[in-house]
Amino acid sequence: MINIIWACMAIVGIVFAMFNGTMDEVNKAIFESASEAVTLAISLISILVFWLGIMKIAENAGILKGIAKVFRPVIVKLFPEIPKDHPAIGYIVSNITANLFGLGNAATPLGIKAMEEMKKLSGSETASRSMITFLALNTSGLTLVPTTVIAIRMQYNSVSPTEIVGTTIIASGVAVTSAILIDRFYHYKSTWRK
Amino acid sequence: MEIITLVSTWLIPTFLLVVLSVAVIKRVPAYELFVEGGKEGVKMAFSLLPFLVGMIVSIAILRSSGALEAFINSITPLLQMVGIPADIMPLALVRPISGTAALGMTTELIATHGPDSFIGRLASTMQGSTDTTLYILTVYFGAVGIRKMRYALKVGLLADLIAILSTIIIVKIVFG
Repeated sequence: MINIIWACMAIVGIVFAMFNGTMDEVNKAIFESASEAVTLAISLISILVFWLGIMKIAENAGILKGIAKVFRPVIVKLFPEIPKDHPAIGYIVSNITANLFGLGNAATPLGIKAMEEMKKLSGSETASRSMITFLALNTSGLTLVPTTVIAIRMQYNSVSPTEIVGTTIIASGVAVTSAILIDRFYHYKSTWRK
Repeated sequence: MEIITLVSTWLIPTFLLVVLSVAVIKRVPAYELFVEGGKEGVKMAFSLLPFLVGMIVSIAILRSSGALEAFINSITPLLQMVGIPADIMPLALVRPISGTAALGMTTELIATHGPDSFIGRLASTMQGSTDTTLYILTVYFGAVGIRKMRYALKVGLLADLIAILSTIIIVKIVFG
């Protein structure tokens, strides 16, 4: 599905540009966005190096296991495929915590590490059930504090920059719940077929 | 609300303090482990580079051609009939596809309508309550070398649709 979507975005864009007279912009966008993507990947290095370094210490000092123990009951229900004492649980919990506090920079490396642990469990290049559940949680954006939005609102002199925190929490709660339900639906649908 | 912002600034430094203290007490080789873990980070960033370039270029072609805009314009009247404000549509459609574009649109909406207007609040909530599905799937699956995503994209996009509709309803109820 991703192969088709990826190709179609570019195909539709190029064909549309033929008739819309925007080929110039498209041509420019191809090279500008490619270098933009490289800049993004490079800027991720600092965050990845820092957080994976710290988390390596946390893992060896037994902190990750401690965190996992506290939240185990909830996580085990959401991820029935992951063994109870597996390090993946520690990383999943850390990723969720970082997301909740709007620390996207810290959340990404932790999430990738969680994915790596889940890949060790499944040992294949196909997404496992746990991975999809985990990404469903992440894409639906688990938020308590939308830090970036609050900053923008402050910049434009909002009377109450944080007044949207309440609606954001409710909306994100609805999003997360429906993501989990949809995820479950597709999981059971895929097992029925077998 | 001040407590929440306080917690989010204190969280990382405190976490560092705890990790490093425990490491010292337990006599774990902290610095060596940091370097070892950091090396993985360098590898990861490079392995996801091609995924990012591919996805971002494809999205850029779609946006720069004007196709995305034309599509949004064509469905706007339809959505207005159901009570969805026209100004919010571009943001709602771009949010799952491109994080930087969505952030730009949110800022623009807040700047033109004011942060305390209905559209300003709606844009703020929409920006904060969901994440960029395409980016997250690209980065997370890309970094660990997963080729078959199975139903992950469907789940992400359907959840986004529900999130966007519920955001509009919630903001309408809360701020009227």
